[in-house]
Amino acid sequence: MIEAFQIVALVLVAASGTAVVLVRDPLRQAVVVSFYGSLLAGLFFAFQAPDVALSQIVIGSVGVPLMLLMTIAKIRKREGGREGDE
Amino acid sequence: MALVVWGFTGLPDFGHYKGDYGRLLAKVAVPERKATDVVVSTTFDYRGFDTLGEEMILFTAVLGLVVLLRELRGEQEEEEEADDNKEGEAGREHRTSDALRIFGLGLVGPTVLLGVYIVTHGTLTPGGGFQGGVILATALLIVYLAGRYAAMRKVSPIPLLEAGEASGATAFALFGLGGLIIAGVYMKNFIDPGTKGSLLSGGFIPLLNIAVGLEVAGAFSLAFQEFLDQTILLRSPGGGE
Repeated sequence: MIEAFQIVALVLVAASGTAVVLVRDPLRQAVVVSFYGSLLAGLFFAFQAPDVALSQIVIGSVGVPLMLLMTIAKIRKREGGREGDE
Repeated sequence: MALVVWGFTGLPDFGHYKGDYGRLLAKVAVPERKATDVVVSTTFDYRGFDTLGEEMILFTAVLGLVVLLRELRGEQEEEEEADDNKEGEAGREHRTSDALRIFGLGLVGPTVLLGVYIVTHGTLTPGGGFQGGVILATALLIVYLAGRYAAMRKVSPIPLLEAGEASGATAFALFGLGGLIIAGVYMKNFIDPGTKGSLLSGGFIPLLNIAVGLEVAGAFSLAFQEFLDQTILLRSPGGGE
């Protein structure tokens, strides 16, 4: 039942998911999580859920990383204001 | 741990779906609703009441976000309002390269078109109100990425986004009421499903898709904008920058 495409998608998602955890810097993590999000969309597509994949592309690869990035920017700005240069 | 392993042993084999509801829908949905995307006819018609609930979750979540962040903004923006006008657009705009600007602005049109396409063709192909709505919201982000924060504020004034979000959510609930009035059951599909494969097939499903598209696009744009406002407009109190 399981196709080669599905196996590839599963392995890629597993690898990039691990990468998200292994990267410790939040800024880099935001970029990696975006990559992971787009791979996850591929996984959904491989498992015949194009509807979910479509929303995952936008939310996973744009929405979540964007909010992360902005939160990081906000925090850094505040820290930079308090302690001079970070 | 043992419990998890024990639980896994009880799962059906890969690709062996055990659920009569899904099987039934897969058989019945296309002949009954004439919409070729069964997922959409499930979420908007057979399970429309759940979607109404989800809609309200998104609506209240964004509402809460806006209210929460607005309180923060009110404290700080008053002091800044004075020099806000002086600095104006030039002061706040990021300096972006021409390549990024041209590429970004070139992408806005196709992105909007894609979003509208996904919303309106939800009944035929994978997609629908939610997916199209978020795509529309990203078009706004592209405008920002192209370095035109001021332009982004211009094409998407917050009252317009709020109105879009609210009217989308209201329209969805009203279509539900329409089912109650015309067909006697809340959320019942009361419009003739039409012919299979045509753009307007599926009864009220395309209309619901548009309502949800409006709501989601408004909600996400509003959320993005609030976040951007937080990071760009507001300087930290007493901060050096």
